[in-house]
Amino acid sequence: MGVDAESQFHVLAVDDSIIDRKLIERLLKTSSYQVTTVDSGSKALEFLGLLEDEQSGSDSPSVSSHAHQVVEVNLIITDYCMPGMTGYDLLKRVKESSSLRNIPVVIMSSENVPSRINRCLEEGAEEFFLKPVRLSDVHRLKPHIMKTKVKEKKRGEGQEEEREKCHEGEVQSIGKQQQPEHQISNKRKSMEEGLSPDRTRLRYSDVAAVV
Amino acid sequence: MDVVQLKRQLIAFTELLFGEGFLDEQFNQLQQLQDENNPNFVAEVATLFFEDSERILNELANNLDKQSVDFKKVDAHVHQLKGSSSSIGAQRVQRVCIIFRNFCNERNVEGCLKCLQQLKHEYALVKSKLEALFSLEQQILAAGGSPSI
Repeated sequence: MGVDAESQFHVLAVDDSIIDRKLIERLLKTSSYQVTTVDSGSKALEFLGLLEDEQSGSDSPSVSSHAHQVVEVNLIITDYCMPGMTGYDLLKRVKESSSLRNIPVVIMSSENVPSRINRCLEEGAEEFFLKPVRLSDVHRLKPHIMKTKVKEKKRGEGQEEEREKCHEGEVQSIGKQQQPEHQISNKRKSMEEGLSPDRTRLRYSDVAAVV
Repeated sequence: MDVVQLKRQLIAFTELLFGEGFLDEQFNQLQQLQDENNPNFVAEVATLFFEDSERILNELANNLDKQSVDFKKVDAHVHQLKGSSSSIGAQRVQRVCIIFRNFCNERNVEGCLKCLQQLKHEYALVKSKLEALFSLEQQILAAGGSPSI
């Protein structure tokens, strides 16, 4: 089974739990990703080359042109609850960075809190996985990585980037009380995969109640 | 004991552990991630879990021993243990953690202390069960068989 260079995508996994880092690393490696794990948001930013000020809206590629960062990161998967910088804070920093905002970010959490999930999605997270993360979840990462790859190719074509963020716009324009069905089922196809229903559930009543 | 008998023992024991709720589906998931290239993955995760849990149980004992209990701190530790037990599939430990967190919310020291005792108990149980499981697997390997069911 040949593995071509293109399929060697690099994922940065962020989690303060050593057990979860080991688990996510194995899950990702099993799916043929190259993996780097760090135990905090600040270490993640350091790895991404973002610790220095990067306010200048440079036209550098999605990989930071900062001297420290030589490795391209194709996806960031981060735990939500971490001491210091949360996964949400990390997500914000990445999305606010001109050089890194195109890197897809996935959030993991042990807690099913609809308002938390919505907040992350609105901030630009691609997916929200409930822990413990499974192989079936990891299989859903590829489209997000590929979408970014396509974006990069179109970079030279000008405004493509803005338009391709339209899914975020959709989330924002829809009132919080009405997560459309496909959005919810995207995040965790629990029913289809035959997982017990209480593993993940964005109940409409919950979403409404939180607002 | 020959390989066939050992394997039967392993299967029976594993079923018992699942049946009594010591382990849940997540443990299966871990076993599926183990292969020839990563033959000790589950045992390695278990070792990390043991070390982490013992550290947390000590912290909990220390924190609950204070005149003025910092429930936020206690809750944070329990949350951690809940997460790691969930990740390895130690269901009974995870369930006690959930109850424990409720007592933290209520700032109920008595309840917390009770839960800590229960946690210690459940942790000791699952640890010994897992060690027995790994020992059986080692015996099968030593007898020339392969433990994968």
